[in-house]
Amino acid sequence: MQQFARTFNFMNHNPQPSIQNKKDPGFSGLNPYQFGFKKPENYVFKSKKGLDKSTVEEISFHKSEPMWMREFRLKAYQIFVNKTMPMWGGDLSGIDFSNIFYYIKPTAQKANSWADLPPEIMDTYDRIGIPEAEKKYLAGVSAQYESEVVYKSIKESLQKQGVVFLDMDSGLREYPELVKEYFGTIIPAADNKFAALNSAVWSGGSFIYVPKGVKVELPLQAYFRINAANMGQFERTLIIADEDSYVHYVEGCTAPIYSTDSLHSAVVEIIVKKGARVRYTTIQNWSTNVYNLVTKRMRVSEEGVGEWVDGNLGSKLTMKYPSVYLVGRKARGEILSIAYAGKGQHQDAGGKAIHLASETSSKITSKSISKGGGRTSYRGLLHVIPSAKNVKSKVVCDALLLDRESRSDTYPTMRIQSQDVQIEHEATVSKIGDEQLFYLQSRGLTKELAEAMIVNGFIEPIARELPLEYAVEMNRLIQLQMEGSVG
Amino acid sequence: MGQKKNTSELYVKNLRVAIAEKEIVHGIDLTIKQGELHVVMGPNGSGKSTLTSALMGHPAYTVTADRISLGSKNLLELAPHARAQAGLLLAFQNPLAVPGVTVSSFLHTAYKELHPQKNSTALDFRKQLLVHAVTLKLEATYLRRSLNDGFSGGEKKKLEMLQLLVLEPKFVILDEIDTGLDVDALRLVSEGVKSLQKAGCGILLITHYQRILNYLQPDFVHILTHGQIIRQGGMELVKLIEEKGYAAVCPNF
Repeated sequence: MQQFARTFNFMNHNPQPSIQNKKDPGFSGLNPYQFGFKKPENYVFKSKKGLDKSTVEEISFHKSEPMWMREFRLKAYQIFVNKTMPMWGGDLSGIDFSNIFYYIKPTAQKANSWADLPPEIMDTYDRIGIPEAEKKYLAGVSAQYESEVVYKSIKESLQKQGVVFLDMDSGLREYPELVKEYFGTIIPAADNKFAALNSAVWSGGSFIYVPKGVKVELPLQAYFRINAANMGQFERTLIIADEDSYVHYVEGCTAPIYSTDSLHSAVVEIIVKKGARVRYTTIQNWSTNVYNLVTKRMRVSEEGVGEWVDGNLGSKLTMKYPSVYLVGRKARGEILSIAYAGKGQHQDAGGKAIHLASETSSKITSKSISKGGGRTSYRGLLHVIPSAKNVKSKVVCDALLLDRESRSDTYPTMRIQSQDVQIEHEATVSKIGDEQLFYLQSRGLTKELAEAMIVNGFIEPIARELPLEYAVEMNRLIQLQMEGSVG
Repeated sequence: MGQKKNTSELYVKNLRVAIAEKEIVHGIDLTIKQGELHVVMGPNGSGKSTLTSALMGHPAYTVTADRISLGSKNLLELAPHARAQAGLLLAFQNPLAVPGVTVSSFLHTAYKELHPQKNSTALDFRKQLLVHAVTLKLEATYLRRSLNDGFSGGEKKKLEMLQLLVLEPKFVILDEIDTGLDVDALRLVSEGVKSLQKAGCGILLITHYQRILNYLQPDFVHILTHGQIIRQGGMELVKLIEEKGYAAVCPNF
C-alpha cells in the first residue's frame, strides 16, 4: 500500500474509509466501500460526535492555539448556540448538528483506498479525463497533488515577492499578529448561525498575504499548497491584499468532491486595500448529500477591485451569497455566479453589493440552470447608503429551465437610500424551447447534444471569465450531469 | 407508383400531417431525384411550412404516410437529427438564435455529427467555412458571433444557406429562403441553390413569390393549396401565377 508521508486533511475531519490504491492488485481483498462512518486506525485525535463547549476547547487544545483564538472560538460557540436557524433560503431541517464529527486531527501518515470510492465518482473522474495524480487528490486518497516540481518554482517566486500562501492553521502559527488583526473582522462570528459555527470549529482553509505593490501573475490554486490542510468541512480562508497588489485565488475544482460529511460550512474573508485587486474563483461540486452553507465577503477600499466568480454544481442545498463591501471612494465589485440544480438539488445563490462610499460601482451577473425537478434561486442584495453619491450598479440574473418540473425564483432586495445612483436590473427566465431544440436537431445534433449546447451558450459569459481548463471542465461536467450520469 | 429504393431519391408517398388532431396536409406525393430542383408554391395557409417541418420530423406534428424515404432509408420513424444524418437538411423560414454559441463552433459540431467518418479538424473545417462565407459575402466576423443572435433577417437567411453549403447534405428543403432578402442577397442565395444543385443535391424549394425563380430553372413546379398538390408542371405555372394570381391555377382559391 502506498503511504503518503505528508499531512493532509482534505475532507478528513471526519472518518475516512481506509484506503488502498486501485492500481495495486494486491489489496483488492480489503473492505469494500461502506457508506457510513468507519474509523481508520491511524487518526491520533477525533472529537466525539456532536458539539459542546468541551469539543471546542479540545479542538483549540489539539491545535495548540493562542489564547485569543481559543476565546474567539468559545465566544462563537455561544453565539452559535443562541442563534436560531435561518428561516429563509432553503430547507435546513435535514441538518442534525448532533450527528456530525467536528474535528479530526489526521496523522502524519495516512493511506486511502480507491476501492472505497463510490463508482459514480470514479466514473466521472474518468470521463472528465482528470490525471491520475489529481484524482487521488480529489478523492482524498492522495496526501497531495503531485506536481511538486511546478509547485516548488512557484513557491520560490512567491517567497521572493514576500507573498504568504499557507493553510490557515499554519498561518495562525507563523503570522499570529497579522491573523489576529484581521481574523473575524470582515465576517464576525455573530454574522449568522453558520458563520458562528465555522468560527467555533474551523480547521483548514487558506491564509494569503500579498505585500504592497506585488502582482501575483499566476492564479494561486489551492492544490498547489502542498503539505497543508485544504478544504474541509469548516474551512476558513483569509486573504489580505495590501495596497496596489493583485492576486487571483482559485479554490476547489470542477470534479465532484466526494465527502461523507453532510455539512460544509466555510467562511472566506478578503481584505482588498487601496488600489488592490483580488479575484476569487470557486467551482464547487460537492456530492449531493452535502449542505453547502458558506459565508464569503470582501471589503474593498478606495480604488480597489474585488471580484467573485462562484460556481455551484453539486450539493443537496447551497446557500451562498458572495458579497462586496465597497468602503472606499471608487471601489469596484463584481460577482459572477453560476448555479446548476438537478434532481433533488436546491441552489440558493446570488450576491450582495453594499455601497458605503461615493463613486463606487458594482455588477452582479447570475446564471442558473434547473433540470429534472431541480430548484435554483437567485437571492441578492443591493444596498446604497445615503451619503454615497454617484453610485453605479448593474444586476443581471438569468434563469434557464430545462423542463417543466424544474423551478427558479428570484429574490432581489434593493435598499437604495441615496438619490445619486444609477441602477440597472434585468432578470430573465427562459426555457429551452421546442423550436430551438428542433432547429439544432435538424442540423444533426441529438436532443441531448442540442440541450447541452444551449446550456453551454447560456453560461458562456461566465465561463469565459474562468481559467481555460476550468471552463472546459465545467462545460463537460454540466453536460455529464445533464445526461443524468452523475449525482 | 411502386416502392422505389433508389439511393438518389427523396420519396414521399401519401403524406398526411395533423396538428392537435386537425389534418392540415392531406396526402402529398413527391419524388425528388438528386440534382433536381422542385418548387412548391402556394398561397398563405396552404400548408407549405407544415409540409417542411413534417418532412424534417418536427415533434409537434402527427405524421402518417405510406412512405417517406431517402434512398433506402425510411425516414418516417427517425428523429430529426437522424433524418439530418441520413442526408436531409432544412433551411428554416425563421432560424432560431442560440446565444453564446458561435456560428463556427456550432457548425463544426454539426459537421462532425453528420460526417463522423471524415475526422474533420477544426482548422480544416474553418478553411471550408471561410470559402463558403466569402461566396455569400458574409464577413469572417459573423462566424465568431453567436448563432443567429442579433442577426438581421437577411443575415439569417444567408447563414442558413451557408450551413447548407458547408454541411454537405444530399437533399435540402428551403422554406421561404427568399423572404426578407434584398436583390443582391437574393442573387447570392440563388447562386447557393445552384451550387448545391451542381453538387448533386436534390432541392425542394418552398416559396411564396416567383421572384427567386428569375434566377433559377426549376425542374418541377407543384402548386399547393388547402394541404394538397393540385397542379404540377414547369415554369409555365410560375408565369401564370405571376400574371393572374393563384386563382388562375386553383379554382377554389
